Amino acid sequence: MLSRRIIPCLDVRDGQVVKGVRFRDHVAMGGIVDLALRYRDEGADELVFYDITASPEGRSVDRGWVEKVARVIDIPFCVAGGIRSVDDARAVLHAGADKVSVNSPALERPELVAELAAAFGVQCVVVGVDSLRDADGEWRVRQYTGDPSKTRALARRTLDWVAEAQRLGAGEIVLNCMGSDGVRQGYDLEQLGAVRALCRVPLIASGGAGTIEHFRDAFVEADVDGALAASVFHSGAIAIPELKRYLQGQGVAVRAC
Amino acid sequence: MTVVLVDAGGTNIGSVRYALQRLGVDAALTSDAAAIRAADKVILPGVGAAGPGMARLRELGLVELMRSLTQPVLGVCLGMQLLCAHSEEGDTECLGLIPATVCRFAERPGLRVPHMGWNGLTVQNAHPLLQDLSDGEQAYFVHSYAVPMNEWTLASANYGEPFSAVVARGNFHGMQFHPERSATVGARLLKNFLAL
Repeated sequence: MLSRRIIPCLDVRDGQVVKGVRFRDHVAMGGIVDLALRYRDEGADELVFYDITASPEGRSVDRGWVEKVARVIDIPFCVAGGIRSVDDARAVLHAGADKVSVNSPALERPELVAELAAAFGVQCVVVGVDSLRDADGEWRVRQYTGDPSKTRALARRTLDWVAEAQRLGAGEIVLNCMGSDGVRQGYDLEQLGAVRALCRVPLIASGGAGTIEHFRDAFVEADVDGALAASVFHSGAIAIPELKRYLQGQGVAVRAC
Repeated sequence: MTVVLVDAGGTNIGSVRYALQRLGVDAALTSDAAAIRAADKVILPGVGAAGPGMARLRELGLVELMRSLTQPVLGVCLGMQLLCAHSEEGDTECLGLIPATVCRFAERPGLRVPHMGWNGLTVQNAHPLLQDLSDGEQAYFVHSYAVPMNEWTLASANYGEPFSAVVARGNFHGMQFHPERSATVGARLLKNFLAL
């Protein structure tokens, strides 16, 4: 049986892992390779690295640390941030990343998703979606969330974008529910459930994990394939072995650490 | 011992190379026929689609060479699929070293394609390649096409139905998952291959 995945997310800025609250006010958490190794040893199933300032600054992800991580890590990892072209993605994949995640550049130019899928196969192509509920009750997509001064609210509905991204060739969707990110009150089960209903590829929940029960809820109630979290892992509030033991006891299929 | 990685254009070549380095083996990346023929072990990595994968082997003039190898050969992910006779992906004729047809996972409710993540292995036929592997140990898979169960299946995994996770016929071996990304389980299986 396929295991549900526990995925620590490492936001990268200037060679350091950082974490902010509600995508703002970032503080340094540690070195990239050190944290990657720590999570691998604790039993993380996969890692995601977001170069959070690459897109707002209009530059590509720095390949140096990707290669360093690839040399020491023997679990899959995905790199996001500033991948704007097939060439950008090829550089990151050749440096040793298993997948690339595109977000803001795919909103600028949705064909990017199709080009990446054609070049590398859908299994390499993750589409990250930053989503927030607007005053009218609709979930809509946000762009350039790595830099609050540049973040833009789009007219595009989250559900429409997820459907379109799949049609174009996304092999996985990471849904960042910005309203719940960093505040540890639980994943946005309502939104995840709505996206799950139309998502035929793996769906990863992001934003809001605070307790081990929140992970159970995302897997059992929203039927997501993986759950991504940052601060609860970086701070040590949740240890992955303990989390996996709990999930196993709850009947959730996980990989033993 | 010389180990070569056949450069068929796959994007996981770096990861496989690093995994071998962690086991103390520096594998050369090559598309040179003489170097491949002379190697003690040959690994055919691959991420991508079957059609472009075979096209690249043809362009490099490596199709007949791959078929004629007598040393241990390991195909990883797409590399394993290319060892088979035929792939439904792009209706592609493959190397024909393992008589099987690669099929797309059937869409079923609750079964997401691609099959992406960690899944358990079940030994079907004992083989030195599977030494010290216990049933239920997990490996990391990422694929939309799979090799059905057949007489060359050494280990299976289950996604909607059982499929071949590890195959071997003579000196040709294949792993559908990514041993280079399957933590200690993957390292052990790569080590077993190097010891064949």
